[in-house]
Amino acid sequence: MTLKDLIDKLLRRQPASAESARQRLQLVLAHDRSDLNPELLEQMRREILEVVARYVEIDVEEGDVSLETEDRVTALVANLPIRRSLK
Amino acid sequence: MQTLCLSWRDPSESLVSTTRTILICSGKGGVGKTTTTANLGIALARQGVRTVVLDADFGLRNLDLLLGLENRIVYTAQEVLAESCRLEQALVKHKQEPNLALLPAGNPRMLEWLTPKDMRAITALLEPSFDYILIDCPAGIEDGFKNASAAAREAVVVTTPEVAAVRDADRVIGLLNSQGVTPIQLVLNRVRPKMMSNQEMLSADDVTDILALPLLGLVFEDEQVIVSTNRGEPLTLTGSNSPAAKAFKNIARRLQGEDVPLMDPSEARSGLRAKMRQLMQTRIF
Repeated sequence: MTLKDLIDKLLRRQPASAESARQRLQLVLAHDRSDLNPELLEQMRREILEVVARYVEIDVEEGDVSLETEDRVTALVANLPIRRSLK
Repeated sequence: MQTLCLSWRDPSESLVSTTRTILICSGKGGVGKTTTTANLGIALARQGVRTVVLDADFGLRNLDLLLGLENRIVYTAQEVLAESCRLEQALVKHKQEPNLALLPAGNPRMLEWLTPKDMRAITALLEPSFDYILIDCPAGIEDGFKNASAAAREAVVVTTPEVAAVRDADRVIGLLNSQGVTPIQLVLNRVRPKMMSNQEMLSADDVTDILALPLLGLVFEDEQVIVSTNRGEPLTLTGSNSPAAKAFKNIARRLQGEDVPLMDPSEARSGLRAKMRQLMQTRIF
């Protein structure tokens, strides 16, 4: 956090817009590059969770599947907190 | 009948062309492709290299207007390929800068003639006479882009630090990558140093990180660009010392392989207010 962020927070001002431009771009480009729309991604998330849930007990609410992109390489990142093994 | 084909070549000249064919593209319209092409064309020519600017955006051609050559176009590349005129007749030489020539690909009345094959034929005709071929690409990623990019070996992607321009640039970069165009370099145009230092505009680092391209140059927003367009005299021609003029000259030098440091937007603003701003940007935790 920078001094400016702190002052913005204290004064309840909106943070500078460049950061939100960056975040929005990163998200939209991950989708553009992979040609996956949010609906397909959501469907995939549900199916992945179903498969994983057969093996381990996972926190379905916490489970997150998203696209991340760095250096023009887009990765599908699944973050699925495991409660315990079902075996 | 058999035709005997003879070619005269300087023995020292290699058979592989050394001409650099560079596509100037952006995806989004209105970010400064044509301005960049005109200014780089003049700047390169002034550095003594034989340069031709090829207007591939012939549906809405404007490169002639920015160069002040709009009244001198008689033929286009289309007539050259149809063999109704010679290449020399179609090339419009710039009066003040004889190292620069303009070649319009076609004229607006004759849409839908150009194919990727035609484009390669045109650049092949130009290669023996020029060191640089700059292709001014139409906006969009449809046929116009595909034709214009067919003959390009390298590309300069022009964008502005705005979300829509960066997103469209990304699409274009994806297409260029799949065509094997390399290197692809970035020109960040219409930068407003004040907004950047207030973090109300994407920084050069943000854009180069997101697009994963090396930065060829940074051009500040500059009213003189409009003035020069009005006159049909690119800034790099008039010896102007405005920020955009300097930036375009530096980009031309970098294309030539010279190591010219990039302009730092924060340096454009010094003094107490800039120092305060820096203090505000220091990380506290």
